[in-house]
Amino acid sequence: MSTTAELLKGAAELFPDEVVTAAHVRHIDLPQGAGKFALITLDNGLDHTKPTTFGPQSLANLNTAVDQVEKEAAAGDIVGVGITGKPFIFAVGADLKGVELLKRHEDALAIGKGGHDVFKRLSGLAVPTFAYYNGAAMGGGVEVGLHCTYRTVSKALPAFSLPEVFLGLVPGWGGCVLLPNLIGADRAVSVVIENSLNQNKQLKGAQVHELGIADALFEGADFLEQSLIWTASVLKGDTEVVRAEIDRGAAWDEAVARGKAIADGKVHGAAPAAYRALEIIAAARNGDLQQGFDAEDQALADLIMGGELRSGIYAFNLVQKRAKRPAGAPDKKLARPVTKVGVVGAGLMASQLALLFARRLEVPVVLTDIDQARVDKGVEYVHGEIDKLLLKGRVNQDKANRLKGLVSGHLDKAAAFGDADFVIEAVFEEMGVKQKVFAEVEAVVPEHAVLATNTSSLSVTEMASKLKNPERVVGFHFFNPVAILPLLEIVRAEKTDDASLATAFSVAKSLKKTAVLVKDAPAFVVNRVLTRFMGEIQNVIDEGTPVTVAEKAVEPLGLPMSPLVLLELVGPAIGLHVSETLNGAFPDRFKVSPNLAAVVKAGKRGFYVHSAENPAEPELDPEVAALLEQGDTVLTEEQVRDRVLDAVAQEIGLMLDEGVVAEAQDIDLCLITGAGWPFHLGGITPYLDREGVSERVTGKKFLAPGVASVPA
Amino acid sequence: MPRTARDVVFVDGVRTPFGKAGPKGIYHETRADDMVVKCIRELLRRNPDLDPATIDEVALAATTQIGDQGLTLGRTAGILAGLPQSVPGFSIDRMCAGAMTAVTSIAGGVSFGAYDIAVAGGVEHMGRHPMGEGVDPNPRFVSEKLVDQSALFMGMTAENLHDRLPHLTKQRADEYAVRSQEKAAKAYANGQIQADLVPISVRRTNAEAGETGWGLATADEPMRPGTTLENLAGLKTPFRPHGRVTAGNAAGLNDGATASLIAAEDVARELGLPVKMRLVDFAFAGVEPEVMGIGPVPATEKALAKAGLTIDDIGLFEINEAFAVQVLSLLDHYGIADDDPRVNQYGGAIAFGHPLASSGVRLMTQLARQFEEQPHVRYGITTMCVGFGMGGTVIWENPHFEGNK
Repeated sequence: MSTTAELLKGAAELFPDEVVTAAHVRHIDLPQGAGKFALITLDNGLDHTKPTTFGPQSLANLNTAVDQVEKEAAAGDIVGVGITGKPFIFAVGADLKGVELLKRHEDALAIGKGGHDVFKRLSGLAVPTFAYYNGAAMGGGVEVGLHCTYRTVSKALPAFSLPEVFLGLVPGWGGCVLLPNLIGADRAVSVVIENSLNQNKQLKGAQVHELGIADALFEGADFLEQSLIWTASVLKGDTEVVRAEIDRGAAWDEAVARGKAIADGKVHGAAPAAYRALEIIAAARNGDLQQGFDAEDQALADLIMGGELRSGIYAFNLVQKRAKRPAGAPDKKLARPVTKVGVVGAGLMASQLALLFARRLEVPVVLTDIDQARVDKGVEYVHGEIDKLLLKGRVNQDKANRLKGLVSGHLDKAAAFGDADFVIEAVFEEMGVKQKVFAEVEAVVPEHAVLATNTSSLSVTEMASKLKNPERVVGFHFFNPVAILPLLEIVRAEKTDDASLATAFSVAKSLKKTAVLVKDAPAFVVNRVLTRFMGEIQNVIDEGTPVTVAEKAVEPLGLPMSPLVLLELVGPAIGLHVSETLNGAFPDRFKVSPNLAAVVKAGKRGFYVHSAENPAEPELDPEVAALLEQGDTVLTEEQVRDRVLDAVAQEIGLMLDEGVVAEAQDIDLCLITGAGWPFHLGGITPYLDREGVSERVTGKKFLAPGVASVPA
Repeated sequence: MPRTARDVVFVDGVRTPFGKAGPKGIYHETRADDMVVKCIRELLRRNPDLDPATIDEVALAATTQIGDQGLTLGRTAGILAGLPQSVPGFSIDRMCAGAMTAVTSIAGGVSFGAYDIAVAGGVEHMGRHPMGEGVDPNPRFVSEKLVDQSALFMGMTAENLHDRLPHLTKQRADEYAVRSQEKAAKAYANGQIQADLVPISVRRTNAEAGETGWGLATADEPMRPGTTLENLAGLKTPFRPHGRVTAGNAAGLNDGATASLIAAEDVARELGLPVKMRLVDFAFAGVEPEVMGIGPVPATEKALAKAGLTIDDIGLFEINEAFAVQVLSLLDHYGIADDDPRVNQYGGAIAFGHPLASSGVRLMTQLARQFEEQPHVRYGITTMCVGFGMGGTVIWENPHFEGNK
């Protein structure tokens, strides 16, 4: 047995539940009499909804296939070797479940080395090798092809990426080394760093060809046939494959620097993966592949044993799996059909909701407001947005006509909502106003209609308390911008019944939102955590720490934006309002900052002034600086960070004790999808656990070992 | 408004390699629609001067229009092949003569002026759609003795033909079959077949059928080169004890697809498309269903009469070899020798296979190539028998004809 085979056998024992990919070898006669050819098909035996992955046994299978074709190639029995995938899927890389199970650095190293050892054999055969990217190719799937002599790609290929950095890894089976040596460092940085950090952006087949990763592009209908005809022509010398010359000069350094700037912009140095990948890309300039592969192995093993990757996989599983099966949601069979939606209010938020409901549910949506001018303005806004979609080609004329036809306005609630199944209110955030609106709506809607509120901080239970049927009321809390942020906090009030709640979850699914069930507690999840977090920043500023120190203190977390920039986005007035609500509920933990109140009173939109020359580094607005009344307690960045993280950990601990959500996982899912908190933090609780904050504050970790960390 | 009939030409034709139907056949896991789609795409690739948007119609035949052969295949295959949505299509059925009827129907439309250029072809995946799948014959056929009970079983109709023409012995049928295999092998060796084949990717997940994974079909699977009379003598006669029809002197059960481009001659010339054959005339005729193999005789008589030609004018014959006896019956009718060199020069369905509704265009593609090779020949025919007692014959003129030198 070869050492590679032994290595993989050992790894396979650690991962007994691997979904094993077979590597079938089939011999064909190439067209044009080009000779006998061995075609390897990667296939896990399941349909396209279960994409082919590489675990240790799968790699061992490929290794065995290569043993066979290597002999045939050496004996002159075949003229070439090809590799392709099952229908619609090439291969989507390493099996993450296997990665999660790894406990020891040496095992992680073995997985990296095992992949390299198998894949690189494809470049050392006595005959040329060809990869045919027929369908989705990611990570190790992309990489196995990079080891081949030539590549073709299908125009129908929907997704091609090296997503490792997105998760917290490096492309570790050749991607960091081979890609820059194939298409140059700049394009490699785009694929490995830029796309990956841009929410794991996928390339389409034509782009894979344009980038020079594939030598030929063929349409999906007869992709494999045309690839094999092309192969025959290459092998016979009738087609010459010409690739662009790679610039190994200054362009290489510039590319790496560009990659670093992208990484800084996204993770602010807080997650190591992108930087490790860039180091390897930088070194790959000398063309020494083996040296690069060794560096990949080392980086892979280090990252696999690190908290950022474990958090990344945890976060990935939250958004991929938990988001699809909301914890605590009632049986979906209880959900009632929603064939018409009512929206109370025709302001900006209400109009955005109307647009979203119309686009996703494709049922009539009626807006109401207190006067005709407001109603008209709301409808006009929605129609205008539909026109923009039409202009951008996102919908065609027929669809635009249909959507516009769905959205109307009415002054008379009885006429508007008489046959509505779901009515959402987005009126002024004041209990009395909302109670009055709900009472009016209840009087006119059918008995089964669900009444939903988009309140961000008021008690849904109290809002429902004056109704005849309070069991029909749910909280339906969207995040701004509504069209972009996936999170929807669905609030179960004291009397909400299962059918209404099930209907709310069903609507959320149709809206393509990530629904999380939350208890009717002040500010629910995201606003409560964010307000506590920002409140603590505000506290230290109020006590005397300079604004820049307070801001810099949380930079190592790699949040999408600094606290005060976030405040600007939310709007200081809204921030103040939420802090007042939470202060009312929990006065000991949530203060109302007099400085923030002063800023709001002065009508300032934020703390900073933004200059066109340097948009990334805004300066403190001197007018705001003049308003600030600070104490004389000056903390260091580290002290600030500790205070802020302690506060967040305390709040999350209390929220879990109160049962605001089912588990810490839901808090992380909310923060990822509602606040854009990063994967490398796993939302936040994995980070608080691994930094020791949760134990310091609450006496225990939020998550069991192995959930978002190296298993014990 | 007076009309002038236009000359209709066969521009080009291609086919998939034919496969053996059944779990071990190369196409067992391949969809029928994909097969014909790939033929259409190959036609477009081979004729880059043809703007796909100018195709006026897609007529595709299948006998069993169910599942991947249903859903108005002419339309759906056009979309799957990437033709513009403006190109319409329809499905057509005349059992074995499906593709032939697709060509003649289109030809009628071209001649009339309704079409300038169109796609005509057919597909039959007899593995996915065995003969008789889903049929529901009217009980009156039997109760009123409208047809003999054997009429629905093609092998039995071939035995009936042997009965009618007892001098067409099993020996002669077997000898004919051996020659068909020999001629087919020779045509392959000369590269006369492969040039019009479209390679088809074929997936196999059943290890009992052979190597698994993706493969490529590049040659006809049913071929049995080296077949001898001795091999054939011992074969079973499945349709009748001590009968004459065997798997060796008949075409098998097969999977395959074909497609052709049919155009008005002036349009083809204007677009610079090849003109491989010129349509002279065609005819279909009915016979007693229980001896359907005799169908080509009246069909050929009718077509020749309409064209004002006699059998002596025909220099090349492409006769579908559903059964050897059926070929022999036509030759016998005209006093042509069993081994006449003008007949099925590349061999026939006994060697290549006969995926019912696709075969008509295979005959045409082969005749077209023979025309090109033999400019001294002016006329040729493609002819075939059809289930339920029919025959079809198309007479073609060789545009490469150099005159009676």
